[in-house]
Amino acid sequence: MKISFTLNGKVNQIDVPSARRVIDILREDLELTGTKEGCGAGECGACTILVDGESRLSCLMLAAQLEGRSVTTIEGIASEDRLHPLQEAFVEHGAVQCGFCIPGMVLSAVDLLQRNPNPTRMEIRQGLSGNLCRCTGYQKIVDAVEGAARKIGSKKD
Amino acid sequence: MLPHTPEELWEVLRAEPQAAVYAGGTDLLVKLRQGLVDPSCLVCLERIEELKGVQEFGHEVFIGTCSTHGYLLANPIIRSNFPVLTKALELLGSPPIRNMGTIGGNICTASPAADSLPPLYVLEAEVEIRSKNTSRRMALKEFIKGPGKTSLQPGEIVSGIWVKKAPGYNLHHFEKVGQRKALAISIASLAGLLRASENGVIEEARFAWGSVGPTIITSPEVEKALVGNRLSRPILEMAACLARSAVEPIDDIRASGEYRRLVSGNLMVHLLTLQREVCH
Repeated sequence: MKISFTLNGKVNQIDVPSARRVIDILREDLELTGTKEGCGAGECGACTILVDGESRLSCLMLAAQLEGRSVTTIEGIASEDRLHPLQEAFVEHGAVQCGFCIPGMVLSAVDLLQRNPNPTRMEIRQGLSGNLCRCTGYQKIVDAVEGAARKIGSKKD
Repeated sequence: MLPHTPEELWEVLRAEPQAAVYAGGTDLLVKLRQGLVDPSCLVCLERIEELKGVQEFGHEVFIGTCSTHGYLLANPIIRSNFPVLTKALELLGSPPIRNMGTIGGNICTASPAADSLPPLYVLEAEVEIRSKNTSRRMALKEFIKGPGKTSLQPGEIVSGIWVKKAPGYNLHHFEKVGQRKALAISIASLAGLLRASENGVIEEARFAWGSVGPTIITSPEVEKALVGNRLSRPILEMAACLARSAVEPIDDIRASGEYRRLVSGNLMVHLLTLQREVCH
């Protein structure tokens, strides 16, 4: 099946079986291995991507559903010359250990801050409740999102 | 298969009567990967705009089957009329699952642990079922026949849910117990819709328990026990005993039947938190 969709800002045309999982298309066919597979069942969030700006689980999305959509993976959020403020904050706050959960965690945080630019720590935890981390205990991840929200907010003033 | 209109959908279902239909895929695609289903064809409803959205018709609201939980949580008609449903959807799954999963999917998967079902039962919701040439309405509690079983016939889909506004009910309650605070399938849940007088006396009550029976459990005995009383601990402990007799939980990988029975009663006692709302 020929499918046309926008990926990280560029129009992409692929020809794949219509029921191929989006996570496999991203990782295997397009060699964008930033998106991870932790469970394949929608329970860990490691495969989180943005579709038309909203967080979705790429392990539970099939190729045909990509048609006409705009997809953002972790590879697509940095700009030409610097990391996204959330990526910078994750580094600054020591929120990254093994790194496996981080792409999904960052993209969920992007979705969260788009909906709620000034979240409380509880709202951050709720916003990231679809992403599991086995290393950090979440504390520094919450610190990072809080810090990034402050930084993004102050840039806008 | 990705039909864009109902007409395209009926054509697909005619050509592929064994097709598995999904919208968000958060249940079906998991079962597919586990090898629990092996359909000849997959049909995704996500592009059919006619199946989405919320509309008011006087004292009734129609919820399109492909409305995602996230969409409903943000919808002012749902938020203002059905707090009991909103409270449940806030706890369902996780943010990305709420962006993908739909209320129609939650109903048609018909898991006894579904979080949208206890609120829809206390709201006495009806499903609208459509095929190419037919349309019918049916009480949700009759539509769901057992774990994972509904009255849906080949060629039919649930097109939406009709919910009557319930302005007389001033207390909306939902609580779910799971192994985690999010991304957790319920071990036991309780939806409650109550009308309390100005001095806190319960005039009417409706309850529905999830995950403690083959389908959602309701109990006229528990409801009658509260009418004419305030939400005091002795009354709620008595109602909790009745609740424990009404539920039919089983042992499974998440919890034992004994634990679920105990918790079904304890969830009634938690209604004490509503007392604050009643008496200002």
